[in-house]
Amino acid sequence: MPAPKRFSIKRRRVCKFCAEKITYIDFKDGKLLSHFIPERGKILPRRISGVCSVHQRQLSEAIKRARHMAILPFVSD
Amino acid sequence: MRTYEVAFIAAPTLTAEELEAFIAQMQTVVEGKNGKVVKVDNWGKKPLAYKIKKFRDGYYVILTLEADGAAIAELERRFRVADHVIRFLSVRVDTDLKRSEKIKSARQRKAVARPMSAPSSVEDFEAEPPSAPIG
Repeated sequence: MPAPKRFSIKRRRVCKFCAEKITYIDFKDGKLLSHFIPERGKILPRRISGVCSVHQRQLSEAIKRARHMAILPFVSD
Repeated sequence: MRTYEVAFIAAPTLTAEELEAFIAQMQTVVEGKNGKVVKVDNWGKKPLAYKIKKFRDGYYVILTLEADGAAIAELERRFRVADHVIRFLSVRVDTDLKRSEKIKSARQRKAVARPMSAPSSVEDFEAEPPSAPIG
């Protein structure tokens, strides 16, 4: 008998940015970006967050800019 | 002319007056290169996510400019020379914002074309505030 599938709380099928109609992801909005940063400080993969590919690309760019400006950490633990 | 967002972090050892003077100086630099500072956003002293040059916090300032590449080049050169600027980042935003506006307007047009889902904008005439009684 196979083990039951594990579902994370973070798993969400709808892209947050599409749902909230955000068309430009600003690197200065640390609060918004921090939703996509797990404890370790990495960028959350979209298979977990459910973000669409268009927004994931914008998001990763914004996170990298925010890291450069010390709004988000490169590593944290 | 292009729109840029130039963000920089100034060292926390600076006083507020020195920071203001530096921002004013940068504004004159941009104007000297036929640019225009549209907005100055001073976040004040904020903690850094990690240490930069052994500082744990810094003054965040974001300038929104209407300028050409030459102004940005001059601005960045000055940031590199100035000891109290510990980090800076210039981002060209006009293309992204234009795209964002395009998507928004297309979405609005779609909402108008689909009147069943769009809320009715026609209001009752009676809903207007009643005029003052005469006499």
